[in-house]
Amino acid sequence: MKAKETKTKEIQSVPSKKGEIHPMENLLRMDRMPHIWCPSCGIGLAVTAFASALEKANIDPDKISIVSGIGCTGRVAGYVKLDSFHTTHGRPIAFGTGIRVANPKIKVVVFSGDGDLIAIGGNHFIHAARRNIDMLVVCVNNFIYAMTGGQVAPTTPLAAYATTSPYGCVEPPFNIPYIADSSGAVYVARWTTLHIRRLINSLAEALQKKGFSVVEVISPCGMYYSRINKLGDGLDMMKFYHDNVEIRHGEDTKNLDIGFQTKIICGKFVDRERPSYMERYNQWLSGVKGGSRDEG
Amino acid sequence: MKADPKGVLTGSHTLTGNHACAEGAFAAGCRFLGLYPIVPSLEISERFLERAPEVGATFIQMEDEVSVLAAVLGASWTGKKSMTVTSGPGLSLMMEHLGLGVMLETPCVIVDIQRAGPALGMPGRPAQGDMMQARWGSHGDYEIIALSPSSPQEMFDYTIKAFNLSERYRIPVALMSDAYVAHLKEEIVIPHAEEIEIEPRRYYKGAKDKYLPFKRDKDFVPRMVNIGDGYKFHVTGLTHDDRGYPVMNEECQEYNVHPLVWKVRNYVDEIIEVQEAETEDAEVIIISYGATSRAALKAMEQARKSGIKVGSLRLVTVWPFPEKRVAELAKKVKAFVVPEMNFGQVVLEVERCSYGNANVIFVPHGENGVENTDDLLSAIKQAGQADKVESVIIEFNKGV
Amino acid sequence: MKFWRKPLDLDKIKISCGEIHIFKDRCKGCAFCVEYCPKDVLEMSEEFNIKGYHPPYVKNPDDCLECHLCEMLCPEFAIFVTLKENEKPANVTAEKGRK
Repeated sequence: MKAKETKTKEIQSVPSKKGEIHPMENLLRMDRMPHIWCPSCGIGLAVTAFASALEKANIDPDKISIVSGIGCTGRVAGYVKLDSFHTTHGRPIAFGTGIRVANPKIKVVVFSGDGDLIAIGGNHFIHAARRNIDMLVVCVNNFIYAMTGGQVAPTTPLAAYATTSPYGCVEPPFNIPYIADSSGAVYVARWTTLHIRRLINSLAEALQKKGFSVVEVISPCGMYYSRINKLGDGLDMMKFYHDNVEIRHGEDTKNLDIGFQTKIICGKFVDRERPSYMERYNQWLSGVKGGSRDEG
Repeated sequence: MKADPKGVLTGSHTLTGNHACAEGAFAAGCRFLGLYPIVPSLEISERFLERAPEVGATFIQMEDEVSVLAAVLGASWTGKKSMTVTSGPGLSLMMEHLGLGVMLETPCVIVDIQRAGPALGMPGRPAQGDMMQARWGSHGDYEIIALSPSSPQEMFDYTIKAFNLSERYRIPVALMSDAYVAHLKEEIVIPHAEEIEIEPRRYYKGAKDKYLPFKRDKDFVPRMVNIGDGYKFHVTGLTHDDRGYPVMNEECQEYNVHPLVWKVRNYVDEIIEVQEAETEDAEVIIISYGATSRAALKAMEQARKSGIKVGSLRLVTVWPFPEKRVAELAKKVKAFVVPEMNFGQVVLEVERCSYGNANVIFVPHGENGVENTDDLLSAIKQAGQADKVESVIIEFNKGV
Repeated sequence: MKFWRKPLDLDKIKISCGEIHIFKDRCKGCAFCVEYCPKDVLEMSEEFNIKGYHPPYVKNPDDCLECHLCEMLCPEFAIFVTLKENEKPANVTAEKGRK
């Protein structure tokens, strides 16, 4: 059998004028632009923030690996020019745990959505937080399963509409910072895509943190969440964030529930020190015959 | 390449199959174990964990089997040979990532100590009911390599073989053992490290910016790189092109999935290992694998003594199935007798590959059949008499 | 911009002036850049790009202060700002701000 030549179409980056290069060319796979996200989607902003935070935190891009699951945000790994993995639905944290434990020199970033991380991957999320695996989890929360066309998610606010909650969502939503905090995460923050500079600072801070850090990014979903709930497009959501976000650093994570079109509390809620999994592992191993390991 | 002496416990030992498997993994260079406790595979993990610090291996106990195999795949991409051990219910949960492992072409070894099922079944008792699941359990088209050991020594040898095949073909390899072999304690001989042949991982050795993660080399297998080496590669479980970028069209589906299947089918002659005994003049051949081979060889001896010309074909690699050899033998013999610790799985393959040229007599039995050859002998006698081409199933009457 | 007290180093301070680059064909017309530009430099254009969206255009190129907010708020990586060589002295902007 001979492998056939592929004739898949190369998507070239679109230059604006003669040979202009976007400043993030070295961190993003510009040969894949334009990306698949809808107009006025906020995930692109989260990616911009992440790429800027990488530069800001001064992390060697060779020693960082990004893992994504399935869904709109799951496609992030494909657009970031790092060692990137697009894995199965809900399992990026488990995949990243394997990477981190097998090679503690690699910093793992899990970039995925609320449905991926908190619904199907909820178990992996709480256990990675409990173990305090050295990992940054960026959870883009758009309140809905957008890739499949707007189904109800574990973060959909009560009474919000989705294609699978045509009479309004009857399930109370998860409060992501509260789960992360109570499971043992060392850094928990929440920002909206509008607070881009604060988000960049927060991500840069979280990247330098040792342990399980969670940054929730509230993102507009102009095509599904806003459209089904008649909230306008992404720009209207951004305006809504502008008027309804309250920044309260250090707020008790219990108080961070998000209702349908209610006030959203943002800020850095948790920043503490706990020995990470690899620290404990090495500590335990150093007392054993022949035990020696690379420091993480 | 020769084995790293650090992991090789050279000498003669009396070990259970499970412990021999852990030693085989160390000898093969396995340095990462993902585990979730499940009977009857636990002793492999326990032995591995006990010896891990001196060998320099890492392990993690995850929250479920789904995440175990995900972690193993992640670890494999860091350059560490990785494996996991499980049993029936765990294997069911691993099917998701078995598919991902095939799609990402990630070498790893899954040791399945089969227990009686379905569902919870009998946790400590042997069966061979996962054979078809290992082959077809994950969705979509793929090929898999599965080995079946029948003694602690083979648990050691075939664990090494499993790792070698996995690195050679960049594919997850299943070691389909069972609770009987896993708990059997026998003497095993572990050779010197320089006598153990190890297949090294096939790495890409070109310019960093030219690396294509799924560009196939002449041997049909794409070259790997490790996370952290600066290649900045992307891989995806979606249908992808050579660059690892998702492409959603029929053409690319063909381009991507065709080689996943053919990289195994093209090399079946290299992969397949069978052990034949007295098949030259045989009129009846017992086709067996794993623990049932032990009864099969005993039955063959007894039948030979009573004058029936019986041979034995032992499948070491159950998947890919030795179609050619079975088809050849089908033309020569009257019947195949297939004992299995299930209600008919590999026998279906035997029937398919004998193309109606030989009778196929299936002998299902529970664990007591592993030592007891009565069923097998009566099937062999029946096989010698029958001349009509038909498939016969001996009734399983060794009830509780 | 009115100073209640004229800064002593006002003549030394120069306000950076940016040049905006737009990859028109990447734009999906979300208008984040237009809405959040603090100096109202950008405006949605009437023209269509290759996909049928209206990309923004630079209406007041001289007003750009190189704050990079449009670049950060573009979900499509379609706009970026570079520093222009000729920086304006601070008082020029101060005059403009009074209009």
